[in-house]
Amino acid sequence: MNVQIPAVVKVGIADVQLVKTPDRIRTSGLGSCVGLVLFDQEKKLAGLVHVMLPDSSLSKGAVENLAKYADTGVKHTIDLLLKEGARKHALKAKLAGGAEMFKFKSTNDLMRIGPRNVSAVKEHLSLHHIPIISEDTGGNNGRTIEFDPLTTELEIRTVKQGIMKI
Amino acid sequence: MSIFNEIKDEQLDILSEVGNIGAGHAASALASLLNRKIDMAVPFVKVLSFEDLMDFFGGADLPVASIFLRMEGDLTGSIFFIMPFEQAEQFVRELVQDPAFDIDTIHEHMLGTSALHELGNILAGSYLSALADLTKLQLHPSVPDVTLDMFGAVISEGLMQFSPLGDQAIVIDTSIFDDQNQQELKGNMFLLPDFESFEKLFKALGNL
Repeated sequence: MNVQIPAVVKVGIADVQLVKTPDRIRTSGLGSCVGLVLFDQEKKLAGLVHVMLPDSSLSKGAVENLAKYADTGVKHTIDLLLKEGARKHALKAKLAGGAEMFKFKSTNDLMRIGPRNVSAVKEHLSLHHIPIISEDTGGNNGRTIEFDPLTTELEIRTVKQGIMKI
Repeated sequence: MSIFNEIKDEQLDILSEVGNIGAGHAASALASLLNRKIDMAVPFVKVLSFEDLMDFFGGADLPVASIFLRMEGDLTGSIFFIMPFEQAEQFVRELVQDPAFDIDTIHEHMLGTSALHELGNILAGSYLSALADLTKLQLHPSVPDVTLDMFGAVISEGLMQFSPLGDQAIVIDTSIFDDQNQQELKGNMFLLPDFESFEKLFKALGNL
């Protein structure tokens, strides 16, 4: 008998990967970064992108890593999913992250980037007409998230508040 | 465009000297605070991909106590003092002389929280003043903030400055430790200068 052991696909910082049932997909240590899951439930297919910055116009020089920015990251994840057979009209989103890890004031505009990441991701989801099913964003704690394309449950782990599912 | 490809070995040596002097002062400040000998490892200076930096410290979800502050003035950058939870617990137990201190309940423990803040103030303050003396530049620390959370979530705040350039960062890491004592006391000081500051830093230190 051929038993398939489900794997967990790992997504790094400023990275994007796809997953198919029965595998799951995870990204670790989200602070001000945003983890965005786009999924087509019927096709049991999902993509997870770990967005670091709100807009590709921040890039010095050509944008080499599309996954890093909210604008290019959302579009790139959609493109990858469509190529794998997902249907655009069926795509839905869940997201987590965008925290403010430290409280102090800074003049540097790359600080306090969490809320800007969240609103940029939402803006681009809305441009692509993708509904947000659930989210756990903001706050001041780090998150590790894991998505199961079969149940479409997004599990969120934190150091202080344990585990929740959205 | 990439400063990462252009950086020379001599420049990495200069940065290593920065880590050496900065953390050396931080270690001796800590030694006088705890009234015992604190050692320092040879600084680790490297251009690391974001992923390699996570793995280097034990993974993005490793729970750490982190003291973070911004270096401001002529040079800007991020300074972190990072310890795994057990080490932070050990530090605080020793600083407040409370062997029952538990890191999981630190939010209920005012003295423990302020001990960590103070530790950050002392370490980062001595690191920065050593760097200011060395470079003859005006440098001052922001008020430090302490966070107990996942390594990836805290260190990524320092990577934001590099992110518009690529997926790599120049990391100056020095670990300080106490290997004479049974209870190993260990922490890592990371300096992540903003990319705009490298040129100024090399200029100031070019004649070393």
